[in-house]
Amino acid sequence: MTTPHATPRATTEGTVYTVTGGDWDEVVETAAKSDDERIIVNMGPQHPSTHGVLRLILEIEGETVTEARCGIGYLHTGIEKNLEFRNWTQGTTFVTRMDYLTSFFNETAYCRAVETLLGIEDDIPDRANIIRVLLMELNRLSSHLVCIATGGMELGATTIMIYGFRDRELILDAYELITGLRMNHAYIRPGGLAQDLPPGAVDHLRELLKTLRKNLPEYDKLATGNPIFKARMQDVGYLDLAGCMALGATGPILRSAGLPHDLRKTDPYCGYETYDFDIPTAETCDAYGRFLIRLEEMRQSLRIVEQCLDRLEPGPVMVGDKKIAWPAQLALGPDGLGNSLDHIKNIMGTSMEALIHHFKLVTEGFRVPPGQAYAAVESPKGELGVHVVSDGGTRPYRVHFRDPSFTNLQSMAAMCEGGQVADVIVAVASIDPVMGGVDR
Amino acid sequence: MSDEQRSGSSPDDQHDQPADEAGSSVPSARGQAAEVIGVRKGMFGTDSGGGDTSGYGGLIRTVSLPGAASRPYGGRDGVFDEIADELEGALEEQGLLPADAIEKTVVDRGEITFHIAREHLVQVARTLRDDPALRFELCTGVSGVHFLGDKGRELHAVYHLRSLTHGRLIRLEVSAPDSDPHVPSLVEVYPTNDWHERETYDFFGLIFDGHPALTRIMMPDDWQGFPQRKDYPLGGIAVEYKGAQIPSPDQRRSYS
Amino acid sequence: MGLEEKLPSGFLLTTVEQAAGWVRKSSVFPATFGLACCAIEMMTTGAGRYDLARFGMEVFRGSPRQADLMIVAGRVSQKMAPVLRQVYDQMPNPKWVISMGVCASSGGMFNNYAIVQGVDHVVPVDIYLPGCPPRPEMLMDAILKLHEKIQTSKLGVNAEEAAREAEEAALKALPTIEMKGLLR
Repeated sequence: MTTPHATPRATTEGTVYTVTGGDWDEVVETAAKSDDERIIVNMGPQHPSTHGVLRLILEIEGETVTEARCGIGYLHTGIEKNLEFRNWTQGTTFVTRMDYLTSFFNETAYCRAVETLLGIEDDIPDRANIIRVLLMELNRLSSHLVCIATGGMELGATTIMIYGFRDRELILDAYELITGLRMNHAYIRPGGLAQDLPPGAVDHLRELLKTLRKNLPEYDKLATGNPIFKARMQDVGYLDLAGCMALGATGPILRSAGLPHDLRKTDPYCGYETYDFDIPTAETCDAYGRFLIRLEEMRQSLRIVEQCLDRLEPGPVMVGDKKIAWPAQLALGPDGLGNSLDHIKNIMGTSMEALIHHFKLVTEGFRVPPGQAYAAVESPKGELGVHVVSDGGTRPYRVHFRDPSFTNLQSMAAMCEGGQVADVIVAVASIDPVMGGVDR
Repeated sequence: MSDEQRSGSSPDDQHDQPADEAGSSVPSARGQAAEVIGVRKGMFGTDSGGGDTSGYGGLIRTVSLPGAASRPYGGRDGVFDEIADELEGALEEQGLLPADAIEKTVVDRGEITFHIAREHLVQVARTLRDDPALRFELCTGVSGVHFLGDKGRELHAVYHLRSLTHGRLIRLEVSAPDSDPHVPSLVEVYPTNDWHERETYDFFGLIFDGHPALTRIMMPDDWQGFPQRKDYPLGGIAVEYKGAQIPSPDQRRSYS
Repeated sequence: MGLEEKLPSGFLLTTVEQAAGWVRKSSVFPATFGLACCAIEMMTTGAGRYDLARFGMEVFRGSPRQADLMIVAGRVSQKMAPVLRQVYDQMPNPKWVISMGVCASSGGMFNNYAIVQGVDHVVPVDIYLPGCPPRPEMLMDAILKLHEKIQTSKLGVNAEEAAREAEEAALKALPTIEMKGLLR
C-alpha cells in the first residue's frame, strides 16, 4: 500500500515506511499487516518536548524504546570559526551566545583561557573576581530555573513553568541593571569586566536575595513531594557512576550518581576556594535525584551570592596593564554602554599618543603570545572547558568549547533504551541540554 | 630519561625527508625546538604587499609555539614530573620505549602537554586511564587544530585528560599530515569521545581509525568540505547597506 | 450621518473582510518554532510577567497543522532550513511568519558558512523583529503590528489584486545598494 504520506521501501531489515505526516490510520493499518511492531519515530528537530532543536530517533516496540539516538547539529552556528576573524575582546560577544542560558559561564571560561595565555590570571582585581562569581551564581540560579521550568512543562506541569519564569525574570532584572542586557551580556572581558557595578546594584541584589529566599521553597512545596511528579521522575533516566564516567557526564548527572565532583571545589578558580558552600549529591542516579540536586544548588548559590555581596570592596575591575585593559573608563551614556566623555575629551584634545593607543587597541586589539591554554568552569550543566590556541596575533587562532550539554547528551541513549517513550522526555529534560551549547 | 636520549635517538626520527615535503603520508619528525607554525609579514600581518603604507612592509616575523621543556617540569609541588615519571615507567613496563611514544613534552603557562606519536596514542591513553598512580578517568573530548604552516603535521588533535582521583589535568596532542589525516580513535578507552571525534571529523576531516560510526554530526550529511579548516573560507556574504557594501569578515583587511 | 445611526442599538456594520480580519487576528495560534536565545525570550513572553494570553495567543501549538503563525525565534542553520520549510508547508492557510531576532532576519553577527542569512530565503516573512534577542515587549509589539496587518488583509479577488500590486511595487523598488543618504 502506498500513500503520499507513507511510502514503503524495501531494505535488508524488512519494509520501511517513511511517514511525513498525513493520515495516521493508513500508517497504522499498513504497519499492522507486517508481523513486527517495530516503528521508528523521529521526534524533532521541531518538537515541543525536545528542549530545542534536538532530534530524537527512537526505535520503539509498542511503548518500549529499544534503541534511541540523537540527531544534533540543527543549531550549528559556526561560532568557533567566527571567533577566528574577530579580536580577542570581541570573542566574548560570540561565546556568550553559545549556551545562551549560561552566558556568564561561557564568558568567564573564555576570558580565563585568554588570561592564562596572557599570563595575567593572577593580576585580575579582586573586585572583578567577586563580581564574576556573583554573576555566575546568579546565572546558575536562572539556568536551573529554566531547567526546572521547561522540564516541568514537558511533563505537563505548566504551573512550574510559570513559577520558574517568574523567578528568572527577577534575576534577569538584576542582569539588566548590571550589564544593560537581559541575555547575551558580553560583560566579562579578558582582564576583568566591561564596567563596574552601577549605583544601587548591591541594594537591588540584597532585595532580590530576599525575594528568592521566599520563592525558592515554593518549588519544594509544589514538586518535591508531589506523587505524580515523583512517579514520573523516580527511577527514570537511570545512569550509574560507571556510566557517567565512561560517557564523560559531569554536573548534576554525575552528582546524582553520588560523586561530589565540582570544579569549584576540586579545581577552584576566581577564588571559589574562599567561599563557603556545599556540593549536594544524590545516590539515586535518576531524574528525581537531579531535580533535587538542582534545587539544593540554587540554595547554595544564594549563599555564595550573599557572601559576594558582603565582600565587595571598592576597587578596579580591570587589570592595570593599559596594553590590555580597554583604554577608556566605560561609562553609562545616554545611548547605553559608551566611552566616558572625560576620556574622549582627554584623548581628542590633549594627548595624541593616547588617541593612537586607543585607536590601535580598539581596531586591532591586543596581541596574545603564541601557545595554547585550557580553562574550565563548573557550569550549571557540568564541566565547561575552553581550549584556546593563539598564533601571536590579535585574533584567536582556534577556540574550542567543550560544552557540558554536548557531552552529557551522549548519555541519552543509555538513559532511555529499555524504557518507555514518555520517559524519554523526562530523561532528556533531566540532562538539561541547551542546543545552543550542544551545536555551537 | 634524559633529554639527549629523547632527541633523535629513536629510529623513527631518522627519516631523512624534508619537513615540508608535500604528499608524504608519514608525519614529519618533531624537533625539540620551538615549532614554527607561520610567518607574519609587514606591520599588520596582511598577506598582500599592498595596503600597508606604514613603511614596515618588509618586516618578517616567524610565529613559533612554545618548544620542549627539560626536566624538571615543575608544576604545583612538582606534579608534572610525577606524572611524567609515572607515565614513562608504566610505558616501559609494557615494553614500550617512552621516547617512541612521547615525542616531546611541553610545559607552558602552568600546563603540561605530551606530544604523542599517533600509533601509540591508544596505548598511552589506556595507561593514563588505568594506571593507579595516574588515573585520568575523564577525557574532556578532542579539539582539532589546523596549523597550515606546520608542514607535515598540519592537523593536530588535542585531548584534555582530567584525573578526578588526583585532581590533575594534562593535555595530549597528536598530529597528522593533511595528506594522511588519520589518528587512532580513543572511543574504546574513553567512550565519551564518540561525539567529540565525530565533531572533529566533521570540522577538520581528521579520520579517527577504529571509531564505531564516524559520520558527520553537525553539518548536513551531504556537506562538502570541512568547514573549520584554515583553508576553508568563513563563508560569509557581503552585507549591503544604503549605497555601501561591507565585505564579510574574512574578506576584510586583517590586522592580525 | 450614515446608516449606523438609524439602526436600533446593538448592531454594528462592517465589511466581510474586516469581520474576517477581526476574527483571525483575535485568535492567532503560534507554532512553537524556538531555535536559540530568542526562543527563551519567546517563552518568557508566554509566561507570567508578560502574559501573551492578553492577546489571545498563549496557546503555542506543537503541531504545525493547528497553527497559523510561525515565530522563527533564533538562528536558522543550513541543516535546519529544510525542516523549517517543511513545517511552514504543513501549516494551513492563511498563515503568517514573524522573523524574531536579527539572526532569523538577516543572519546577524553569524555571517558564516553555517547560518542561513535571513529566513526570508526559505519562507515569506511578514514581520521582521530586530534585537539580539528582542525583549518580550518588542515581541509583543511585533505581534500587535501583525494583528494590524491581519485586520487589514484582503480576501478573494481583493487579495489577488493586493498581491499583484505588491509584486509590481517590489519589482520597481530601488535596490538597497543604489539608495543614497543616511543609514536609517
